[in-house]
Amino acid sequence: MQITDDMIKYVAELAKLELSDDSKEQAKKDMSDMLDYVNMLNELDTAQVEPMSHCFPVSNVLREDVVTNVNDRENMLLNAPEKSEDSYIVPKTF
Amino acid sequence: MYSSKEIRSFTAVELGRKIADKEITSVEATKAYLEQIKNTEKDVNAYITVMEEKALERAEFIDRKIADGEVWSKLMGVPMAIKDVLCMKETLTSCGSKILGNFYPTYTSTAVQNLLDAGVVVLGKTNMDEFAMGSTTESSYFGATKNPWDLNRVPGGSSGGSAAAVAANSCAAALGTDTGGSIRQPASFCGITGIKPTYGRVSRYGQIAYGSSLDQIGPMAKDVTDCAAVLEIISGHDPKDSTSANRNDTDFTTALQNDVSGMKIGVPKDYFLDGIDEEVKEKVLAAAEKFREMGAEVEYFDLGMVKYAIPAYYIIACAEASSNLERFDGVKYGYRTEKYTDLNNMYKKTRSEGFGDEVKRRIMLGSFVLSSGYFDAYYVKALRVKALIKQAFDKAFEKYDVVLGPVAPTTALKIGESLSDPIKMYLGDVYTVSINLTGIPAVSLPCGYDKDGLPIGLQLMGQTFNEKAVIKAAYSFEQNFKDNSRHSPLYE
Amino acid sequence: MSKEYEAVIGLEVHVELNTKTKIFCGCSTAFGGSPNINVCPVCSGMPGSLPVLNRAVVDKAISIGLATNCNITRNSKFDRKNYFYPDNPQNYQISQLYYPICRDGKIEIETENGKKFVRIHEMHMEEDAGKLIHNAFTGETYVDFNRSGVPLVEIVSEPDMRSADEVLAYLDKLRLTIQYLGASDCKLNEGSMRVDVNMSLREKGTEKFGTRTETKNLNSFKAIKRCIENEFERQADILDAGDKVVQETRRWDDDKGYSYTMRSKEDAQDYRYFPDPDLVPLIIDDEWLERIKSNQPELRDEKKERYAREYGIPEYDIGLITEYKELADIFEDGVNEGADPKKVSNWIIGETLRLSKDTDKDITEISFSGKHLASLIKLLDEKKINNTIAKQVFEHIFNEDVDPVEYAEKNNLIIKTDSGALAETVKKAIEANPKAVADMKAGKKKAMGAIVGFVMKEMKGKCDPAEVNKLVMAEIAKL
Repeated sequence: MQITDDMIKYVAELAKLELSDDSKEQAKKDMSDMLDYVNMLNELDTAQVEPMSHCFPVSNVLREDVVTNVNDRENMLLNAPEKSEDSYIVPKTF
Repeated sequence: MYSSKEIRSFTAVELGRKIADKEITSVEATKAYLEQIKNTEKDVNAYITVMEEKALERAEFIDRKIADGEVWSKLMGVPMAIKDVLCMKETLTSCGSKILGNFYPTYTSTAVQNLLDAGVVVLGKTNMDEFAMGSTTESSYFGATKNPWDLNRVPGGSSGGSAAAVAANSCAAALGTDTGGSIRQPASFCGITGIKPTYGRVSRYGQIAYGSSLDQIGPMAKDVTDCAAVLEIISGHDPKDSTSANRNDTDFTTALQNDVSGMKIGVPKDYFLDGIDEEVKEKVLAAAEKFREMGAEVEYFDLGMVKYAIPAYYIIACAEASSNLERFDGVKYGYRTEKYTDLNNMYKKTRSEGFGDEVKRRIMLGSFVLSSGYFDAYYVKALRVKALIKQAFDKAFEKYDVVLGPVAPTTALKIGESLSDPIKMYLGDVYTVSINLTGIPAVSLPCGYDKDGLPIGLQLMGQTFNEKAVIKAAYSFEQNFKDNSRHSPLYE
Repeated sequence: MSKEYEAVIGLEVHVELNTKTKIFCGCSTAFGGSPNINVCPVCSGMPGSLPVLNRAVVDKAISIGLATNCNITRNSKFDRKNYFYPDNPQNYQISQLYYPICRDGKIEIETENGKKFVRIHEMHMEEDAGKLIHNAFTGETYVDFNRSGVPLVEIVSEPDMRSADEVLAYLDKLRLTIQYLGASDCKLNEGSMRVDVNMSLREKGTEKFGTRTETKNLNSFKAIKRCIENEFERQADILDAGDKVVQETRRWDDDKGYSYTMRSKEDAQDYRYFPDPDLVPLIIDDEWLERIKSNQPELRDEKKERYAREYGIPEYDIGLITEYKELADIFEDGVNEGADPKKVSNWIIGETLRLSKDTDKDITEISFSGKHLASLIKLLDEKKINNTIAKQVFEHIFNEDVDPVEYAEKNNLIIKTDSGALAETVKKAIEANPKAVADMKAGKKKAMGAIVGFVMKEMKGKCDPAEVNKLVMAEIAKL
């Protein structure tokens, strides 16, 4: 499958990746090769096959509505690249 | 008194017994392994973090408990290594990536907590392919890990650090994770034993996700007995993981029986067609014949679907990964780019600088196959093929207790050999990925050596939640196979 | 000449469920606290954390689905909706696209042309996002994950509404139903109910739908009404000019009274929905459904019917009382204590609503017990307090939910049944008001007031004016 510049740009935007011109060409090639390769799945007639998300029939895993959290803000914020004393900080969103 | 070298010559279970019997202290054991880490790390680079001080403190604590007559488990006081994909409170958990190069979790993964509750001493966190994406441990931000059998070769991956640490005897046992072969293939390349348990057997809570429907934590150790003992400890239901199984058949060490009489073993003929090294083929088939000698009923059959496993796997794994890795955005933890103009620019620069090439490649592919217009053609198609692969295995397990095959088509590759061609590298996963797609358990253990003296791995696969069958088969093989006690040159 | 248009409106309504904990972790849903205190690895998107579904969320979603006549999906699943935004810590939201918990419902509304049904396309469960607080001073945005992971249901209607009034009738019905179920307080101004309006115009008499817009940020019923009227004008002007309405998302500015473009279809997101591998399917069996069915509370329409039948109170009263579940609860508690239904109703639609207005207390926050109201009515019936005192005591019931008997006794408000003391006071009053007595004797009935007033004052109000009247008359007759 031919991957165009627009397609790569579009996917990179979805994935929030910035590709240099060189790496864009490489990405086009890699993706194109890989899609050609995985196209072998089309040899299989799967019209009658249900897509399988989970390998086993497990269902209804639920927890009771009981509060378990403790305030761990100080420790959690230790990992934040930019923070105030009580919040994460990001570039303005408005 | 045992020398450090003698201490390290014991398996984890033997060492645990001697610690419980007060013949060796946990501190002595920990020091013995820390010494070996010092001896080998400059060559092997198996660890990202060595926790010398913490480990010794912990060993002292464990020794006091033992002095008080407490016995928490078979592995109490035994020093182990943990793959850096598993979160440990207040310990660097980098996942082999720059983007998590400064991440100190506020929580401990359930599998590691289970080990801690059993009295295990953690020596450090082991190297891995970035975000567990790779089969060579070359893509780590912290440098490649070398194979202790031959320092010019890769240890396999992604759990290459754990495999190399066991092979270099710089830990008594280790934890790895396996999404498409990441325990079994490095175990094979490093001549050690590893188990990829049934999906759901070990809680994934605290394991930094790659492919959530495929990921599973498992033991990597010196022999089958050690693996069974570790697996017994880390398994079990965890209310924090919705996909964790609630079962009471986790007494895996009861399956350590040298007896395969009447066991039905199937060998897929289509595993030996092309792309497999002659020497690997020869040794794996010889192992099959060994099982026959030992009293098992061995039969060759057509499994089917073999070549479709890799494409289906890469679509599913990359799709899940593209979503799982969205959270690495420079906001809550980890790396944030130095300079940015706005939010979107911050996201893009952070992620482009923070992730390595292979990770980006998989995120791109995963984002593509989930995107509007391609979702059904690729992602849903792969889920349908996954169902067909599951059917093929289900059919095999109607006839056989265990399916036997190679782990990887080759022995350990030279460093740098596989990075240039991603698809070629992916093809090396042909025997391992279907086990993750179908969720079944499999063990990888040595079954011989090639002409360069590099270990060859044997894979034994079992039915869903029937780890005991593969453990029993593997243990029996280990007991009867004469040429599996070689060690890497660094092992001492 | 401008054409005659008809609005075609469908709504997407998000409702925050009032569970104790979040949808996928054990963090408290309490809000109003300091930022990032009700946060754990799961709802702050820490690597390695995993979601586990809260049973109460499913119970409440099913309950709402049943009350809105939906089909409950027996095999429901969760999907990931992928998009980057800092209020969304995983950069994907766990929602339901392919197998939502409910489908194909309908609710009946009253319109000026009679009753009609608004169909519900589907309803799904999902997690709420965190809050972004913009700091104008630093030019940065602060992220608070306290709300991240609070359970939501999104109720998507069919485009069945034709006017702002129909929209308001639908929303009111939905709000009351959910409040009656005890699943949410449904407050638009606090964001526990959020409404997005999808609207297009078509020429009257035609079938085909026009191009629609979606408008967000509607924080009151008034804003919704204004927005719909405004959007009608806007789209009509465009169509009259022969132009095409652009499919886009708009944001309502209630201060300025108009909406503006947020994003157009071109930059619509590609959410890359796929089944969340961290969560397992949800299978609702008959037993589960029956359990929810048998615990469904009485809804407003059923209540209205029963009040008319059992209590015989006027329709007007019933309408007001059942408009809020809080009032209906107080009413029923009072009546169950044996108080006269009409008297209980009077206190609710009279004093209660007046105090609520005067004190600016939202009706949904009224929480005094009907039992105390019943005791108050009993005190009045037994003439132990008079009306004026009763109103004073009621204020304390309204504000602090005091026990009126205890309160009246403690504050010495109970009418003394000591007839000796009252008789003495009457005598004293007659002696102290000779002019009034003379006037009375001369037939000036109005003079009575001065004497009774004297008694009431002396007795500090703790007597029944009718009783005082009777005694005064008797005393004067003796003279």
